[in-house]
Order: sequence, then C-alpha cells, then structure tokens
Amino acid sequence: MREVAPANLLTRLGERLLEIFDQVGDFVLLAGDTAIAAFRRRPEGLETLRQLEEVVVRSAPIVVITALFTGMVLALQTAFALTRFGAKPYVGSIVGLALVRELGPVLAALMVGGRVGAGIASELGSMKVTEQVDAIRAMGADPVHKLVVPRVVATTLGLPVLTVFAILLGVFGGGLVADLQYNIAPGFYQQTVTNAVRIDDFLSGVAKTFVFGWGIGMVGCWVGLRASGGTAGVGRATTEAVVISSIGVLVSDFFLTKLLMLLPTEEWIRAFTALLA
Amino acid sequence: MSVPAIELSGVVKRFHGVEVLSGVDLRIEKGQTRTILGGSGSGKSVCLKHMIGLLRADAGTIRVDGQDVTQLSEEHWVHLRRDFGFVFQGAALFDSIDVYENVAYPIREHLDWSEDQVRERVRLSLDSVGLEGVERLVPAELSGGMRKRVGLARAIALQPRVILYDEPTTGLDPANSRRIGALIQKLQRELEVTSVVVTHDMGLCFAVSDRVALLRDGRIVLDALAAELRDSQSTELRTFLEGSDPLPPSFSEVLGDVPEEPTDG
Repeated sequence: MREVAPANLLTRLGERLLEIFDQVGDFVLLAGDTAIAAFRRRPEGLETLRQLEEVVVRSAPIVVITALFTGMVLALQTAFALTRFGAKPYVGSIVGLALVRELGPVLAALMVGGRVGAGIASELGSMKVTEQVDAIRAMGADPVHKLVVPRVVATTLGLPVLTVFAILLGVFGGGLVADLQYNIAPGFYQQTVTNAVRIDDFLSGVAKTFVFGWGIGMVGCWVGLRASGGTAGVGRATTEAVVISSIGVLVSDFFLTKLLMLLPTEEWIRAFTALLA
Repeated sequence: MSVPAIELSGVVKRFHGVEVLSGVDLRIEKGQTRTILGGSGSGKSVCLKHMIGLLRADAGTIRVDGQDVTQLSEEHWVHLRRDFGFVFQGAALFDSIDVYENVAYPIREHLDWSEDQVRERVRLSLDSVGLEGVERLVPAELSGGMRKRVGLARAIALQPRVILYDEPTTGLDPANSRRIGALIQKLQRELEVTSVVVTHDMGLCFAVSDRVALLRDGRIVLDALAAELRDSQSTELRTFLEGSDPLPPSFSEVLGDVPEEPTDG
C-alpha cells in the first residue's frame, strides 16, 4: 500500500474541508435567494399547483402503503411484546404515540424525499445540463423564482398534509391488526389511542414536517442546479438528493424533537384555547 | 467613432484552474454580423456567454452599449437581457411545455400583453423562421432542424437588438444548415440587429458574416472582414482550416504495443 505523507494528507483534508464549506455556503445562498424570491414576487401559481399535485397526489399511494403496513407491523410487534407483561390493552397508546410523534412524520418525509426530492434533482439536473436553466436566465427570467420557489413551497406545504394521512392510516392499520390478531375491540383501541395522544403530540409531529419538506425541496433544487457532466451528472445529482435528504431528515429529526420538547407547547395550546373560549 | 454594441477587453476566464480565455479583445459594431471562429473547446461559447452575463469574467472588461457590465448583478442583467436573443447550441427548449408556450415564454416574462397579442407575436415569430402548425407539438416531437428554428423564433420573439447564436448549425444536415444561414441573413435584413455567431462551420461563416474573428488558445488571433478572409494568408487561419496538429498514431501502431497472449504448448 502506498504511504501518504502527513503534509499531503493535511493538504487533502484542507481541500476537502474547503470544498464542504463551499458547498454549505452555496446551499445557504440558494436558500437565501429562495426566501427573498418567494417574498419579493408572488410565486408562480400554476407551477406551484402542479408541484403540489406532484408532492401530495402522486406521492399519496406510496405514503399510504408505507404508513398502513408500518402501523400494522408496529401493532403486531407491540402486542406481541406487551402480552408478555400482561399489558396488551396498551397497544393503541403505543402505536398512536409512536406514529403521531415519530413514525408518521419521518416515514412520510423519507418517502417524499426518495420520490419527490429525487424527481426534482433529476428534472432540474436535466434542465441544467441541456442549458435550459441558462435559457431562462438568457430570457431575463430568474431560475430561482421560476423553478426553485414553486418546488420548495410545494414540498413545504405538501408534506404536512401527507403526514396527517400517514398518521391516520398507520393508526387504522394498527387497529386492524389489534382487532383481527389480538381481539382488541376497535372501540377500545380507538379510546386508548385518543387517551394517549394529546394535541401537542400531534402538533409537534406535524410541525417537524414543515422543516423536512422545506429541506427536501431545497436539497433537490440545490443538487439539481449544481449538476454537470451530462446524463452521468444528472444520475449523481439524483442519488445525492436522496442520500442528503434522507440523512438530513433523520439527523434534523433528533434536534427538532429535542427543541420541541424544550418549548412550552402545552402552555401555548392552553393559552390559545382559553383565548378562543 | 460610434459606441460598439459589445466590447470585450482583456477578458480572462478560468474553470477549475484551467484558463479558457486568456485575454480576449473583441469589438462588435452595431448592426454588424460578427462571427467567432474556432476549433472545438477553444472557448467560443464561453466567450459568447460572457456577452450576456451567463458567465462572469475573472479579469478584463465587458461593455454593452458603452456601459460596463463586467460586475453587473444578476438583478440588473435581468432587465438588460430584454434586448438580447440567445440561440443555444442544443436549442435549450423547455421539454415540459409545447412550442407555443416556449416562444411565448420571453413575451410573458417581459410584456403585460393580452393572450391575443401574445398569440399574434408567437405566430409572427414562427412564420419568420418558416414554421407553421407546430404550436401544439412538444420539443420531443420536433426534428433537430425544427428545434433550432423554434429556438430562433423564441430568441426573436421580443424583437431584440442583439442576437447571439451558439453553433446554430451543429448537428444539422447541409440543407438545414443552409436554411439556418438564410434565416440569420433574413433576420439581419429585416430586424437590423447586431448578431454574433459562434461556429466552426465555414459555409455559414462566409454566408452571414460582415467581420470574422478567430479564437485560438484563448485569444483572438485574427480579426478581419469576411470579404478578406478567402485571400487571407494568415498562418493561424490556415492552421484552423487545414489543421496542423499531429495525427494520432494508427491503430496498428497502437495495437502493436499490446503484448501478445502466451500460447499453450
């Protein structure tokens, strides 16, 4: 094996670090431009609707299947384990809490990241390598306003909607297994779910998905607009979009959960309901 | 002396440490058709993209109508590009929308027109390039020549003062190449625009140019009237036309270096 001189190793490490800083800076700049473009000019209505359809309607089947079967297997495993302790009736509480607080948001985000994030990266990547992005600029239009804003708005608003579906279907799937496999009456199952899950659990679960959705859209656009080197470059961008958005969802999930736990959400909700009353 | 439409002075551009333009000086007069000749990879398209701010120079100055645009922000370029039409090498039509919407794109972007006005301008633009009845086709349904012509129709939709052509005949058969050449001349006559044509197609160069520049090793090495080009004794031009780079070794030489496989027995 060829030995690498320490100085050489340091140089390479430094170059890699600079490259990472450069990429992070590039991402932050694009995020800033996107925010400015979104607020300065009204987003393209038709394009945003088309993207929303892509995110919500076309992603619904995979999210539905994933959520349904995750709820079912979760109920299966939980009931199996709880039976040992004579705590089988608590299946609904555990399935409900797990789906509302964690599994629903994260699974929906991973599915949308895999499907929509990759789609955005490959579409924008193809546009980049065939000079369509340059054509937008050459015609005096802004690619961030035309391409990035509608996609990021769609993923940011679309993912929370899909997450609510995912949670409801997951809980339903869990209920099916609880009833058919473990003879837990649907009414009792429903009661355990509603007793265990509070409104702040639901809100904290769904709140995270706004950030996941924004991140998925931004990452897809960012890697797509950086694509170079023909079809191979588009392929690389697509893979990068899936990898970065998946890791991003899982890592940010931890920090967002921690942050949301620190916030006095319960008190805010109480104050809000008091205000309404 | 009048202010040139576009002027490049000592423009330098590097990509990943490789210098593609090493001090380009070029002056394009108003109403002139200027051709930039050069071999593949000589930086012709890079040069063209600097004129419309799609690329930013590492050094040197670029002036449009006397205004220094070298460090102009993207926001300011957006307004300036209203006066430019750019015909891309691969046409760069938007795949997801049809021909009508492609040609209407710059009109909708810059003019607050009624749909009837947009339709009329799209029809006129497509008529100018000899296309009709293609409005509802998507780019994937068009031939290479038709794509180039739709790209040209889109570039002239706003009736720009300057049209930049990036390899307009590359990948086309001789008949389509001649048709594109004739279109460039026709637009020149009818719209009186300033045109910059980047190409290595000598037929097109002689057909459309007023003045020709030859780009080699990142610099303009020849700048002459098109009429003088045929009689030019420039070594640089001869090298470009006839080629003087050493040929690669023959296949037998290359294969001769491969050691023979050992045979059994």
